[in-house]
Amino acid sequence: MANKILAVLEQRDGKLKKVSFEVAKTAADIATELGATVEAVVLGNEIENLEKVGNYGVKKVFQLKNTDLQNYSTSAYTQTLSNFIDETGADIIFFGNTALGKDLAPHVAVKINAGLGMDCTHLEISGGEIIATRPVYAGKALVDIKLNGEKRVFTLRPNVFNPGEPSNESAEVEAKEIPEVNLSSKVIETKKSEGKLDVAEASIIVSGGRGMKGPEHFHLVEELADLLGAAVGASRAVVDAGWRPHSEQVGQTGKTVSPNLYIALGISGAIQHLAGMRSSKYIVAVNKDPDAPIFGVADYGITGDVFEVVPAMIEEIKKLKQG
Amino acid sequence: MKIAVCVNHVPDTATKVKIGSDGKSIDPAGVTYVVNPYDEFAIEEALKTKEQLGGEVVVISLGSDANKESIRKALAMGADSAVLLKDNNFRDSFAVGKALAAEIKNQGAEIVFFGKQSVDYDNSVTGQITAELLGYNCVTVVVDLKIDGEKVIAEREIEGGKEVVETSFPVIITAQKGLNEPRYASLKGIMAAKRKTIEEKDAEPADNFTEIIAMKKPAPKQPGKILGSDASAVPELIRLLREEAKVI
Repeated sequence: MANKILAVLEQRDGKLKKVSFEVAKTAADIATELGATVEAVVLGNEIENLEKVGNYGVKKVFQLKNTDLQNYSTSAYTQTLSNFIDETGADIIFFGNTALGKDLAPHVAVKINAGLGMDCTHLEISGGEIIATRPVYAGKALVDIKLNGEKRVFTLRPNVFNPGEPSNESAEVEAKEIPEVNLSSKVIETKKSEGKLDVAEASIIVSGGRGMKGPEHFHLVEELADLLGAAVGASRAVVDAGWRPHSEQVGQTGKTVSPNLYIALGISGAIQHLAGMRSSKYIVAVNKDPDAPIFGVADYGITGDVFEVVPAMIEEIKKLKQG
Repeated sequence: MKIAVCVNHVPDTATKVKIGSDGKSIDPAGVTYVVNPYDEFAIEEALKTKEQLGGEVVVISLGSDANKESIRKALAMGADSAVLLKDNNFRDSFAVGKALAAEIKNQGAEIVFFGKQSVDYDNSVTGQITAELLGYNCVTVVVDLKIDGEKVIAEREIEGGKEVVETSFPVIITAQKGLNEPRYASLKGIMAAKRKTIEEKDAEPADNFTEIIAMKKPAPKQPGKILGSDASAVPELIRLLREEAKVI
C-alpha cells in the first residue's frame, strides 16, 4: 500500500513559519522517492498565504479552523491533529522541531501509536524505509535510526533541510471547521521578547563569551548582530555568570543550533559549546588565544582582541551597507 | 499531595564521546555519569511544590544499579522515597514512558516533574509521552510555575518569548534551566539519604519503535583559515563571508 505523507505546518500570529516550507519540501521529496501521496495541514483560525505551500511541492493544504486553535494549546492541538490523521489515514508525518513541534509531536505519536524520530538532520530512503539521522549528546555523535510500526512521526531540525527555490505552483486550500476543541491546557498569554530573534530560528548568530569581559561590553555583540539581522547567542560561562539570559545559551545545556553563519566572539570553545554549534554551515571565531579549541571548528578565524576586531567588523559591515 | 520526579542518570556534559564496540552506543569506559542536568531543576521544583502544598516526593528512575547514585542525590536534596525500575537494555522514549507511566499510576502522583530533556539522546519527549499515556495534562520547557488551588499556571519558553499556560491536575511539568536554583544537599540530607531504602522492581516490559542502526561521529571539520591577528584582517574576513561563503 502506498504511503500517505502529511506535512504539519506551523503558524504564529497567522503567518506560516519558515520551517513550514522546509517541512513541506522535505515531505514532498520523500513522497516522490517513496511513490507516496503528500498533503499538508495547519491548525489556526486566520492564516495568510497558505496557497504558497504549493511553491514547495505540496498541492493540497488542510486548514483546521477554530478560534481556539489560533494559539497553541497542547490538548487542543493533540486532539484535533490526531483525529485528522485518523480520518485521512496518513502514516508518515513530518513536523518542524520547534517549541511547538517538540511539544506536540510526542503527544500525537502516542495517540496514533506511531514511532518517533526527533530533531532529524538527514533523511534517506533505503530498501523502501526512511533512515533518519539525528544528533545525540548535543551533536557529539549522530545516530541513524529506523522506526518500526505502521506509522512514523519525524521532526526536522529547522534551518537544515533546504526548501530550494520556490516554484510558481499554488496549493489548493481546504478549510475544515472544527466544532469543539479540548482546552484542558490553554495559553492565556504570550510574552514576546521585544524585537529579538531567537537563536533557534536565526540564520545568523553572533555569540559572545567570557572574552567579552563583562555584560557592559555586549552592546558590541548586539550591534554586530543587529547589522547582520542576526540573533545574539551566549556561552554557558556568561549565562551562568548572569551576564546574559539563558534563552541565549548555545551548547549542550542550552540550544543546539545550525545557522548559516555562527560568529563566536571571545568564546574559547568548551566541548559543551562546540557540540551545540559545530553543525553551523560557516563558523567565524575571534579570540586572543590562538590555541582556543573554537579555532578547531572555525572556517575563518582572527586570533585578535575582540575589542579591536569587533568594532572593525561593525565599521566594515556599515560601509558595505552604505556601498 | 503525592509528587513524583523522574530522574535520569547520564554522561556528564564534559564527556568526550567515543563510539562503543557495538557501533550503536557510546563507549562507557572512563565516562562520569551524573544526574541529568535538567532533572536537577525538576527535583528542586518537586521539593518546592511539597513545601507549598505538603505531601511527599517520590523519585522514580529507570535503568541499572548505577542510577542509584543519582537517586541518592535526589534523596539527599530532600526527596522522601525512591523507586528504581530496573532494566539494563536500551529503551526508546516510548518504552521508557510506558514504564514510568505505570509507576506514576502505581504511586498515584498528581504532579510529576521531569527535566525537559536528557542530555544523552536529546529527544525531549519522555515527559510528553508519559503524560499522554496517563491522560495527564502536560506543560514542557517550563521556566516559571505557580500553583493556585486547582489551577496550574506554567510559563514555557518558546522561540523569541514565553507562553503562559493554564492547566490543572494531574499534570506533568518538564523543567528548563531558569525554573529555579537547585539547592545543595546538606550534610544532614546526605546522611539521611544513606538510610533511606530504594525500592527496586523490574521495569514494565515494553517494545521499542526505534531501532538504532548505527552511531557515528560527525564528519571532522576541515581546518579553517586564520586570517590574521588583529583588526587588519577584518576586510578580508568580510570579503570571504560575502564572496566565498555567501552568507552575508
